[in-house]
Amino acid sequence: MIALLTRDLRLAVRAGGGFGLGLAFFLIVTVLVPFGVGPETGLLARIAPGVLWIGALLACLLSLDRILALDWEDGSLDLLATAPLPMEGIVSVKALAHWLTTGLPLVLAAPLLGVLLSLPQEGYLWLLVSLALGTPALSVIGTFGAALTVGLKRGGLLLSLLVLPLYVPTLIFGAEAARRGAEGLAVQTPLLMLAGISAGAIALLPFASAAVLRINLR
Amino acid sequence: MMLSVRDLAVSRGGVPVLEGVSFDLAAGRALVLRGPNGSGKTTLLRTVAGLQPAHEGRIEGAGERIAYAGHSDGLKAMLSVTENLRFWAQVFGTKEISDALRDFDLEALSDRPAGTLSAGQKRRLGLARLMVTGRPVWVLDEPTVSLDAASVALFAAAVRRHLETGGSALMATHIELGLEEAEIFDVTPFKAAPRAAKQDEAFL
Repeated sequence: MIALLTRDLRLAVRAGGGFGLGLAFFLIVTVLVPFGVGPETGLLARIAPGVLWIGALLACLLSLDRILALDWEDGSLDLLATAPLPMEGIVSVKALAHWLTTGLPLVLAAPLLGVLLSLPQEGYLWLLVSLALGTPALSVIGTFGAALTVGLKRGGLLLSLLVLPLYVPTLIFGAEAARRGAEGLAVQTPLLMLAGISAGAIALLPFASAAVLRINLR
Repeated sequence: MMLSVRDLAVSRGGVPVLEGVSFDLAAGRALVLRGPNGSGKTTLLRTVAGLQPAHEGRIEGAGERIAYAGHSDGLKAMLSVTENLRFWAQVFGTKEISDALRDFDLEALSDRPAGTLSAGQKRRLGLARLMVTGRPVWVLDEPTVSLDAASVALFAAAVRRHLETGGSALMATHIELGLEEAEIFDVTPFKAAPRAAKQDEAFL
């Protein structure tokens, strides 16, 4: 399992590994928003938490089809399936590797990009916390979507359509927590809901992902 | 008995391709599957490897004892030859990769990224992976594709050593490997009558 994690991390940082893909997309979105909506500080500050959350979610979505498709194409998924690793473990490690290479950099970059959107000072901590709680759910749900579409050539569109509705609750509660934090309101309820979504997804979805992957490997 | 298959029926994409297949594979023996293209050799091998469920019948002695090598080698282009092999050794819980590198003549290539290897060299690396799995039953699907005569000889020698140490091999190949331990098993007589599957196999 650790071997698989180190291999995936190593592949991600080598040339063509897609480590910077999500991060670059996140940066582009947040840099472009002020150009699009105008430089008015009050307006930017109001939409900043939502924009940062949407940017992080789309950046995450962009890299989903790499989770399993590359291993499927070169045959290593077949070989992993015959290896002495449980399929649930394989998909969990894949999701963890995706979070470490995409989710975690997004969490760490978000406060820096918050400056570009004049996020109020009180908002930074809660933005960070909400993203840290929410992005694991994005990775796990995304791995489930990737497992569903793994056998399809160019299944990216189908993957996005399948995953987007599942992402909506995470986005609603994540952005709500970040918004309330920025406005100095109580953040407890949305944060608890967000943590609950993440915990539930992490606990249940690896079993679903493993089941659909077994069917797709036939 | 290493591997025992009884009355196996397999299907591909919901269409039965082979039925009533029975064979035994003893330790130290190799079984070579023969049959025209599309006769179900790959499906049979994938079923034995546990990648898809059997329609009917039993397979004994498979599961965690199988090392499978399919049409693609499962190599990562950006990892070196050593890194690729060491990864599989770690996954299968073994340590030694130097024997595998030597037996498939990969030592000179060990620091090259796998993506820069030729097709035959990639295939050799894919086959070297079998040696680091430490598993007794090799299930090989067209292992000699894109290998030259010298590499086929290397592969045959590796299979022979594996058989001598008590392993066994089940393979689909059209090339004569010169293995005196090998028996030929023609799958043509077991061709299933063409009909649609009774249920959607995904929900069996």
